[in-house]
Amino acid sequence: MSGIGLHVPEPGARPGDEPDFSHIVVQPAGSVDCPPHDADEHELRHLAFDLIRVLDDDDHARGGWNPRLDPDVLRAGLEAMLLTRAFDDRLFRLHRQGKTSFYMKSTGEEACAVAPSLALRRDDMAFPTYRVAGWLHARGYPLERMVNQIFSNAEDPLRGRQLPILYSARDYGFYSLSGNVGSRFGHAVGWAMAAAYSGRDQIALGYIGEGTTAEGDFHEALTFASVYRAPAILCVTNNQWAISSFSGIANGTAQSFAAKAIGYGLPGLRVDGNDFLAVWSVIDWAARRARAGLGATLIEFFTYRAAGHSTSDDPTRYRPASEAAHWPLGDPVERLSGHLTAIGEWDEAREETLKAELAARVAAAVAVAEKVGTLGKSKPPLREMFLGVFKEPDWRLTEQMRELGLEEHD
Amino acid sequence: MIQALNDAMDVMMARDPRVLVFGEDVGFFGGVFRVTDGLQARHGRHRCFDTPIAEGGIVATAIGMAAYGLRPVPEIQFADYILPAYDQLVSEAARLRYRSGGEFEAAITVRSPYGGGIFGGQTHSQSPEAIFAHITGLKTVIPSNPHDAKGLLIAAVEDDDPVIFLEPKRLYNGPFDGHGDGPLKTWAGHTRAEVPSGYYTVPLGKADVVRPGGDLTILAYGTMVHVALAAVEASGCDGEVIDLRSIVPLDIDSISASVERTGRCLIVHEASRFSGFGAELAALVQERCFYSLERPVMRVCGWDTPYPHAFEWDYFPSPQRVGTAITRLLARD
Repeated sequence: MSGIGLHVPEPGARPGDEPDFSHIVVQPAGSVDCPPHDADEHELRHLAFDLIRVLDDDDHARGGWNPRLDPDVLRAGLEAMLLTRAFDDRLFRLHRQGKTSFYMKSTGEEACAVAPSLALRRDDMAFPTYRVAGWLHARGYPLERMVNQIFSNAEDPLRGRQLPILYSARDYGFYSLSGNVGSRFGHAVGWAMAAAYSGRDQIALGYIGEGTTAEGDFHEALTFASVYRAPAILCVTNNQWAISSFSGIANGTAQSFAAKAIGYGLPGLRVDGNDFLAVWSVIDWAARRARAGLGATLIEFFTYRAAGHSTSDDPTRYRPASEAAHWPLGDPVERLSGHLTAIGEWDEAREETLKAELAARVAAAVAVAEKVGTLGKSKPPLREMFLGVFKEPDWRLTEQMRELGLEEHD
Repeated sequence: MIQALNDAMDVMMARDPRVLVFGEDVGFFGGVFRVTDGLQARHGRHRCFDTPIAEGGIVATAIGMAAYGLRPVPEIQFADYILPAYDQLVSEAARLRYRSGGEFEAAITVRSPYGGGIFGGQTHSQSPEAIFAHITGLKTVIPSNPHDAKGLLIAAVEDDDPVIFLEPKRLYNGPFDGHGDGPLKTWAGHTRAEVPSGYYTVPLGKADVVRPGGDLTILAYGTMVHVALAAVEASGCDGEVIDLRSIVPLDIDSISASVERTGRCLIVHEASRFSGFGAELAALVQERCFYSLERPVMRVCGWDTPYPHAFEWDYFPSPQRVGTAITRLLARD
């Protein structure tokens, strides 16, 4: 049908339909050129429409974007991704057992968090979304601290004030998360501008979901990044789904989110987000560009949200149940494991041993946190509710503490 | 007052390399009200610069800078235009320390020309202080004279909490007693127009009793301090006028002490009345001073309409309207 009428986009498949990813063009690994990191923006525009891939279907690394990483680094990446998955599985089950109020998994997107976390420096800063816990797992953030926050118990590092999984971990280069999507994307640019102002070569990495690119925050952040040449890497995690809305609700018929960079005069790279090597490589490329004073890069991680949006979501209500299994770019963990195996640096037995070890580590951390208490069974001292609002509580907070039976110095 | 504000930023930029000033037209040009005039020339383009027209982006950038450790002082060109940044102020700046367990904080000072009396119509006259006072975690400061403006702005920049600094634009060039048809006055000769050079602070949360008196207490801030003073003089009563200077933190002790003594309280603000900051003040006075009150607490405010252009002086709380309220508060039964 053509002619006049209100157009409302619909995804290719709904529950009961055969999954349909026929619109996705998967370019062969290694087929996209890798220009020097200091190339002029106008020479890079095709990269916003290509799909940068390194790992091919036979698990080999191909082409100019191959970062040629040491097998130890690859194993560290695999371990962090497997840990993320083990942690997610365990905590999701704990939510179902009523031990916390809320949880969100990153299944299928682990490479988008783990590879940048390992590729960037400890003094850089990530401005995360709620689906990049892998950043923390890759940097050895103590698991029991995470679980304590998820339980909002007496040892919660955020003192019972924030939802589960909305972590803050300054020492791990992980900025304070919040449930409002998009509103920290501009903070990444401001932080990067401050680093540049201070004469340091630190960079900020901002994450945003493809659905949230519709927010003004996204466009304002790109404007500021472009105008002030901020040393930032701005990443759109295109996992195809914003709760129940498919990516076309954010992007219309445009296929590339990376292409939004072009209007801002920034390089835009579209990358296979399930390819650990490709994600590492584009982050490294953009980091070298930013540290050279050449400004920000917009990166689209093309991936798939294999799990539900959160513990409150049931994706079989709006997409085919088997869609994840049909995702043409596979699974990031399996692909990296396959690559390590293909180059003779890994095998099934080692993976089984590692998985068992990680499950035990998660279980041990959960046991420690459960001993402190699960949600409602333990919480930080009540006075924490009033602290940190202002640097020093003003009279009304002091009075309200007293009203609740707390003395100022309790 | 423009010079005093400019001086405050100049002093702080010289003292502290972490202080940056930016906003729409604030750089080379020096701001549409000239408040940042010369700062770029003196401190460099990297410390005082123009921004895109994106208030949300301006404040988001400032918060990111503060998270890094700088002390940004962004300007929103008119308080009427601050609403696109409201999400950043409410959801981010006000809560960053709280939700991050103290790991990050947003020590920003958002300056914005505010209030009416300049025939600015709906979009250059509003007084949105109540929507900030309602958000815990934000401080809201409104100076009424050059001396306080400089000292309060320096205190705001040094404060570790996010501060909304609202500058009554009708006071930029002189005091204003609310007589819209009266001659323009300059700050020359005004007692609070003498601005010490160099660094000094006026602490946030300390009200100023600008006119002591025993008959009634008038609570005001910004331009309304001058209107209240004019109304008291015209009425011939011995009214006490308190300039709140900041509404968060609020100097509740000075307010209570005064009302307990006078037994009568009048609140004056330019913003429209319903759910205005006067409602909070009235509730606090009632809660704390009920047994001292001789009369119901009264409010004189802007009407509950958008800010009108042709009806500016009908909308703007005039000394006459304040005077009528004074008469009612002082009437014998």
